[in-house]
Amino acid sequence: MNKTYLNEFHQRNNGHLVDFAGWEMPINYGSQINEHNTVRADVGIFDVSHMAVFDFYGSNQVEFLKYLIPNDVTKILDSKRALYSPLLNEEGGILDDLIVYHLGNENFRIISNCGTREQNYACFQKVASEFDVQIDFKSDASIIALQGPNSMKNLSSLYDIKLEKFHLYQDEEVMIARTGYTGELGVEIISDAIKGLEIWNYFISKGIQPIGLAARDTLRLEAGFNLYGSDMTVENNPYDSNLEWTVDQSEQDRDYIGKKALKHLQETKNRLVGFYTDARGVLRSGTKVSFEEGEGVITSGTWSPTFKKNIGFCRVTKNFPKIGKSILRDKEINLHFCETNFLKYLK
Amino acid sequence: MAEVPSNLKFLESHEWARIEEDGTVTVGISDHAQELLGDIVFVELPDIGKEVTQSGDTAIVESVKAASDVYSPLSGEITEINEALIDNPEIINTSPYESGWFFKIKPQDISEMDKLLDAQAYESSSES
Repeated sequence: MNKTYLNEFHQRNNGHLVDFAGWEMPINYGSQINEHNTVRADVGIFDVSHMAVFDFYGSNQVEFLKYLIPNDVTKILDSKRALYSPLLNEEGGILDDLIVYHLGNENFRIISNCGTREQNYACFQKVASEFDVQIDFKSDASIIALQGPNSMKNLSSLYDIKLEKFHLYQDEEVMIARTGYTGELGVEIISDAIKGLEIWNYFISKGIQPIGLAARDTLRLEAGFNLYGSDMTVENNPYDSNLEWTVDQSEQDRDYIGKKALKHLQETKNRLVGFYTDARGVLRSGTKVSFEEGEGVITSGTWSPTFKKNIGFCRVTKNFPKIGKSILRDKEINLHFCETNFLKYLK
Repeated sequence: MAEVPSNLKFLESHEWARIEEDGTVTVGISDHAQELLGDIVFVELPDIGKEVTQSGDTAIVESVKAASDVYSPLSGEITEINEALIDNPEIINTSPYESGWFFKIKPQDISEMDKLLDAQAYESSSES
């Protein structure tokens, strides 16, 4: 099993380790609900070094990226910042979701999920060879997320920087980006493992709570962020995955992987929406949902520590009403469809 | 390491049973079980007066991670349920053997206790 450089820390600090896509990662350090609430109210630190970092070299990176993904990197050329995009195949199916970082001077970095790293590496290599772009797959990079309303305050004792949302800071040792997967103020810090350990130990010594993957999942769900492999797979496309906003059509002449297929998929019959229910129980992924004129299936479902009820995402046929029905422990219950950002919708 | 009190009897499916002075039997889930489940967010308890059978599903416990049936260690009649769990199910995480009990049974045949695992046998079964 793969391990991050912080594996020993997790073991020594009550981290309950599980197999996450071939990586031994902490699911919690005791209580996932306490960890969740700590991030919402204060600040927490996450080891997400299992994710994959790709750096690119060569003078043609902009053209390479314009072709690689449906979102348009020309949006972020004016400054050092991040852009979210799915990675598609020619059929418009979602291979993964990525964050592309513009490091200045036409240099870029991509961070992708861990379970898809080999697939993505092969895909990048194939496309890069047509654009004379070289790839450095940094399989041992450190990625630390510092998230929560007090994150920037804590960061300032180490890096006194101000960052707008999605913008990034860079020096010889680290890249710090105002990005995250929690819906809170926060940064992700990318470096090598040696620098990573120094930063991690500094924040731990300041008393910042480490947060496991279970809380990361409830935090991202409340914030309305898709999880690749659950809420979208290669069988889905941006239109049925609440990602139509990532398909940038402002430059009509731009060709990109999946463009032709997406034209026909725009009329796709499904949508990804949020749901919540006050029923006493948790509807989990795979559960069927029904309503008069259609149906759906839950792709992610959990108990929300912030709103103290069952929330989740559901892929439904297009003409969904406000309320659907499902079965929980042999009883019919109602669920309310809503937008996916629960932090906005349920507050 | 999960705690396994030596005065309790267990089902392999992680329920514990304790004979009280009045002859009723109190039932809950083990420390090891609450650890496996993680943060508990819902319970469904049986109605008082319900007849239950040994190893029959009697209650439900649900954590953020998963829902799980709770089996009765003995046959008998439910005489009391722990209503505090309905609004504060996290008590099961913090006190699985005391405040976190689920229900009490008036046993039909107390010799059914002999079929349960003692602490040592349960400990070795839950380790494997």
